[in-house]
Amino acid sequence: MLQNYIPVLIFLGIATAIGLLLMGLGFLFGRGQKDSEKLSPYECGFEPFEDSRMKFDVRYYLVAILFIIFDLEIAFLFPWAVSLDVIGGFGLAAMGIFLAVLVVGFIYEWKKGALEWD
Amino acid sequence: MTALIPDFVMLPWMAFWEGLPPLMQLLFSKTTLIVFVTVCIILTVAFTTYFERKVIGYMQGRIGPNRVGPLGLGQPFADVIKLLIKEIVVPQKSNRFLFIIAPLLSIVPALATWAVIPLNPTTVIADINAGLLYVLALTSVGVYGVILAGWATNSKYAFLGAMRSAAQIVAYEIAMGFALVGVLMAGGSLNLGDITRAQAGGVSHWFILPLLPLFLVYFISGVAETNRAPFDVAEGESEIVAGFHVEYSGVAFAVFFLAEYANMVLISALTSIFFLGGWASPFEGWTFLGAESLLREPSFFWLAVKIAFFIFVFFWLRATFPRYRYDQIMRLGWKVFIPITIVWIAVEGVMAWLRIGPWSGMAG
Repeated sequence: MLQNYIPVLIFLGIATAIGLLLMGLGFLFGRGQKDSEKLSPYECGFEPFEDSRMKFDVRYYLVAILFIIFDLEIAFLFPWAVSLDVIGGFGLAAMGIFLAVLVVGFIYEWKKGALEWD
Repeated sequence: MTALIPDFVMLPWMAFWEGLPPLMQLLFSKTTLIVFVTVCIILTVAFTTYFERKVIGYMQGRIGPNRVGPLGLGQPFADVIKLLIKEIVVPQKSNRFLFIIAPLLSIVPALATWAVIPLNPTTVIADINAGLLYVLALTSVGVYGVILAGWATNSKYAFLGAMRSAAQIVAYEIAMGFALVGVLMAGGSLNLGDITRAQAGGVSHWFILPLLPLFLVYFISGVAETNRAPFDVAEGESEIVAGFHVEYSGVAFAVFFLAEYANMVLISALTSIFFLGGWASPFEGWTFLGAESLLREPSFFWLAVKIAFFIFVFFWLRATFPRYRYDQIMRLGWKVFIPITIVWIAVEGVMAWLRIGPWSGMAG
């Protein structure tokens, strides 16, 4: 059973090797002269001012939290969907209640404006 | 096969092969297959770039690349050589280690996901029962490459591009996950081969018909996940130059590029498998094609045709639609796709329970 997963590991290894090989070739062949102007971050031609790791919109944080909730929900739905023919009507009802609770939360977020971007 | 190789090579080789323990045989044959598949993906990506430029060229009344080699077919190789000999600039203020590791983090999942893709009825590199979970896990890792690239570069454009891209990818990932729940309910398995087999029996059994809304949501989310036009605000060149890979040059850029195109091919393959029967022939059961017509047989050919079609759709979308505004993208993801998929899962669950429609066979 676990033997089936060996090719996955090999593939991950080969993919990493290809990535490393490509980058290595790049550093090998791609020679150039460095100077401080070339190595400074690109910013419309003038000297970059202030650090670029600046404050950013809190909405990105909100999206990340919402993502965790919904992604967990999907993680619960996967085993349910596969075994739907075993658990039958009871399973359907249980998931119906679970989804209903989440949909109420989703409607609340929507009304609160957590999904607004403008 | 044996006729091509002379006996004095073949016989010692066979003796050597039989002498190996079964585990070594497995490792050796799988590694060969994996290297072969990887080379094929990279060649596909190379010609996909050529295909894109030709398709968009003709859609805009141009010819596209036509100088390097016959019909311009040498163009991808010329591009590769050019990118190889360009300098890789690592900016002064960047996090050097993360800057170099970020392209690797996007290329590895884009390639390694192919381990569970069933290529034809008998060939799949790793026939694992958690195939779909593996696909989801690896495609989610891809976002780390983008975020790390944007953070490590320490440039404002790259930072903004990475933030946008991350928020967009997570929003569409939810729609994608919900669409896959619908596929799972219809297919009854997490194994991609079993999902394909559940669609055997001709076009009317393909999941695209009962799951049409989920198919649309899945494919459009796929376009958004790969940051392709019209959802390419993460690298919108007219706003934030090139987004997260603004400071990447030479091969480091090429690796991001390779990952993006490999992801496009991957999304096309996954859409074909989940909704269009994967390797299944559209002419299955058509008797008037002749008694032994190969066109009716399931084979890799049909999977390739479907993948090529979806890649064409990617380019078609890019040539047709202007770029979405960022708030429009987020609204489409959260307020249109997620409600559609939730409603369709509820509909599907009730229909499967009542044994109505195409789900009646699966629920039995």
